[in-house]
Amino acid sequence: MSGPSPASAPDAILLRTSINGDAVSVAVEPHHTLLEVLRYQLDLIGSKQGCDKGDCGACTVQIDGKPALACLTLAVHAEGRAVTTVEGLGDAHGGCHPLQDAFDRHDAAQCGFCTPGILMSADSLLRRNPRPVSRDEVREALAGNLCRCTGYTKILDAVVDASEVMHGHGSDDAKKEVAQ
Amino acid sequence: MSEHDEPMPTHETGGHVGGVHRKVDAMERMRGVTRYTDDLKLPRMLHAKIKRSPHPHAKILSIDASAALAMPGVHAVITGRDLPTPYGIIPWTPDETALCVEKALYVGDGIACVAADDEDTAIEALEKIDVKYEVLEPLYDPEQALERRDNQINPYSRKGNLSKKVLLEFGDIDGTLEQSDLVVEGDYFFEGTTHAAIEPHCAVAHVEPSGVLTVWSATQVSHYLHRELAKVLDMPANRIRVIQPPLGGAFGGKSEPFDLEFCVAKLALMTGRPVKLLYTREEVFYSHRGRHPMKMKYRTGFTKDGKITAVDAFTILDGGAYSSFGLVTTYYSGQLLCAPYGFDAYRFHSRRAYTNKPACGPKRGHGSVQPRFAIECQIDKAAEQLGLDPIDMRLHNDIGPNAQTVNEFRVGSNGFSECLRRVRASSSWDAKRKELPYGRGLGVAGSTYISGTNYPIYPNDMPQAAVQITLDRSGRARVFSGANDIGQGSNTMLAVIAGNELGLPLEHIRVLSADTDLCPVDLGAYSSRITLMVGNACLEAAQKLRRQVTTAVGKRWDVPRKRVTLADGQAIDREDPERNVPLAEAFQWAEADEGLLSATGSYNTPKDRHGDYRGGTIGASPAYSFTAHVAEVDVDRSTGIVDVKTIWVAHDCGRALSRKIVEGQMEGSAYMGFAEAIMEQHIVDPGHNGVHPGPSLLDYRLPTFLDTPDLEALIVESPDAQGPYGAKEAGEGPLHPSIPAIANAIYDAVGVRMDSLPFTPPRVLAAIEARAAREKAGELEPHKPTLGGAQETA
Repeated sequence: MSGPSPASAPDAILLRTSINGDAVSVAVEPHHTLLEVLRYQLDLIGSKQGCDKGDCGACTVQIDGKPALACLTLAVHAEGRAVTTVEGLGDAHGGCHPLQDAFDRHDAAQCGFCTPGILMSADSLLRRNPRPVSRDEVREALAGNLCRCTGYTKILDAVVDASEVMHGHGSDDAKKEVAQ
Repeated sequence: MSEHDEPMPTHETGGHVGGVHRKVDAMERMRGVTRYTDDLKLPRMLHAKIKRSPHPHAKILSIDASAALAMPGVHAVITGRDLPTPYGIIPWTPDETALCVEKALYVGDGIACVAADDEDTAIEALEKIDVKYEVLEPLYDPEQALERRDNQINPYSRKGNLSKKVLLEFGDIDGTLEQSDLVVEGDYFFEGTTHAAIEPHCAVAHVEPSGVLTVWSATQVSHYLHRELAKVLDMPANRIRVIQPPLGGAFGGKSEPFDLEFCVAKLALMTGRPVKLLYTREEVFYSHRGRHPMKMKYRTGFTKDGKITAVDAFTILDGGAYSSFGLVTTYYSGQLLCAPYGFDAYRFHSRRAYTNKPACGPKRGHGSVQPRFAIECQIDKAAEQLGLDPIDMRLHNDIGPNAQTVNEFRVGSNGFSECLRRVRASSSWDAKRKELPYGRGLGVAGSTYISGTNYPIYPNDMPQAAVQITLDRSGRARVFSGANDIGQGSNTMLAVIAGNELGLPLEHIRVLSADTDLCPVDLGAYSSRITLMVGNACLEAAQKLRRQVTTAVGKRWDVPRKRVTLADGQAIDREDPERNVPLAEAFQWAEADEGLLSATGSYNTPKDRHGDYRGGTIGASPAYSFTAHVAEVDVDRSTGIVDVKTIWVAHDCGRALSRKIVEGQMEGSAYMGFAEAIMEQHIVDPGHNGVHPGPSLLDYRLPTFLDTPDLEALIVESPDAQGPYGAKEAGEGPLHPSIPAIANAIYDAVGVRMDSLPFTPPRVLAAIEARAAREKAGELEPHKPTLGGAQETA
């Protein structure tokens, strides 16, 4: 899907939800997915469409803090819930989440198309585990997110690094940059 | 003033080369604000969809679109007759049209395209287009297709179902094989695979009031798309602008024009409104242009001490419905095999057939991943029979630096032996291989790849790469390059080189790339050409500007120009570092002296790197990369499941301009080869009318985080005189050895030769059981009897 039907369609439903902390009211078609509404009606383009059928994870967002595939979620499901997309990931961290910083330092994003979804899944993992995470934990948590560029290695490096930074044992790279 | 009067700058100039960098464009991708093609939205934009053939081979009798056109919200419908000019990425083989004109040649071939107010309406309209077909007999098997002169698939073919044939012979192949101590014969089959970039293809077109057509496309070859659009639309190229927005992966899958780009362009011209078309994932699979299935018959001669004497290769390529890059693929299937090992006699005979399948084309390691699988397994079999260590044997055959291959390519720098030594040490090969029990094994393989092709796709004498850099009063550099950053980091590579020469931090460099209105022509992201070619062009432009800036500063300070260095955002007096000035001010001085600060650099290949026989230029490159892998596997004897534990990847990239980006290319390559070895299969099912059995990212199995082995990237640097700061390619070469290294590791683990890809559990299990039966019958000794043996499998 690359664009919505006109929102004036007769069967449109008024969706009231919260997206990245903002109250949003928008008329949506009942058969449109959250991904379609985010991308093509609200212009929140960070959530990506790689397959439109729940296989790749590039559309991963958080609904009430839990990771969800926006391409398999009807938009109306977000009624009264809090949706977080990658655009809102850094909000509580001065605009740049430690994961985003670690991905940047490790060159963990090549084309970057899967990255928003991976960041949303990884953030959920880090919030579930208020301690540094292991590579195996990251592998498990991100098994639903496909990346075709990296071979996953640098992503594992970055997520583990970010979890260490968040809990005070940052990597040497991160410390060096902070010191500067 | 000559730009060559200074010595090649050392990498301490600006301190960037060889470092670790934050990419110039990664953070906005991670914040979700980068606009990829499908993220573009223009006022009054229409949405297009393509109606596709349900038949693998059919004559189109009629197309009636009247009911679709009558629907509210439908603005236009086009068919093949609206865009009838045949085109092809290779100018000698124009054998496809934007949409089918007379015939559909595979399930999924484009028939008609609708532009409507929204995608739902467009999809509904497709159903109302009435197409009458005469169904023709499909041909799926390439050898059968070659025999069937009565059933020509592609109407533009000049030789029936033979798309291309190459026969080249060097040295006395039959005599040399006869005199060899050992001749290994092998039959190999490489199943096709596809790219599966996570971003589906997408294009948007818009006609400016001036009449200029702009096409935004998720392409990796803007220049060739520009040319083909001009040809098929019958418009002057100077009225067309092609922009490649940030791209979500490509791997060769976006390296030629596709139906969607022509369709959105035509529909935008017809309707006067912007038009977007986004492929579904299913359409991406059917559009394909992925790795060719190859059936390979090899005879390889050896001396008893393990020296390769001769290689005789006979290959059938399954090309699918169209030529794509097939002419080149057919050459590459043989031409890229003559390093890293030296030998004196070589013959290859390759034929590419048309079949009623999605067309094959270039995938990462174009045309040479398949023969590399065959030759590296041949060498492993020889090592086994000769009682030699497979790494020693490869070291023994290394062609070395400054060599000429049997097919007359000139190799410059060569770090292959160092690659082998690195993987040997890191994998603890010598100790571990002796001790691993039955079911566990180590395998090795080597390879080489090109750093760009010596000649462009259409013959011309103009530069193969060009870069323009301008400096402005704010202390900023803008780098204009036609090169396509497809995620491999080429924009960052350009910033690293420009920053290194000009002393600028990367954040003060704007790289503006892949826009045909703004940037000099570049040929695109294919054949691993960008670092060497575009890097050299960028280096030349940056050096010209550095000279202008240091001259202006030297004049102000009354010191010779060479006393001035540019680093850390400043111009500095080398002999009195306390004397320095911010670059913004230095640029202003230079602009006052010279006028607007702008310089171009360009690159063309040396023409003395190959023989002068017909085809001798294809596969020739200014510089060759080298790779060695060791793979460790754990094979489950009861299920046939191959668990690849670790792949050690040593790659000679000449010089790593940006270390983590190079490692990322090596890791991504090794992953992709691993995936092809164990999981991936791009096939259509003849039993179901030629449909793809699973055109989704679930059914076409891509490795997840849990499937992928540990990947240990070991950078080897053997600087090449042809490359910028010595750099060669890193994006494709490191894929090649994954597959044979895993095959050879499986043999080490359980004593079975996997000569057909992929190594799926049923195939591996069948091979283990066949071996067990032979062991039971006394025909074979148990594999690794002293290390836990295979006796239990019987």
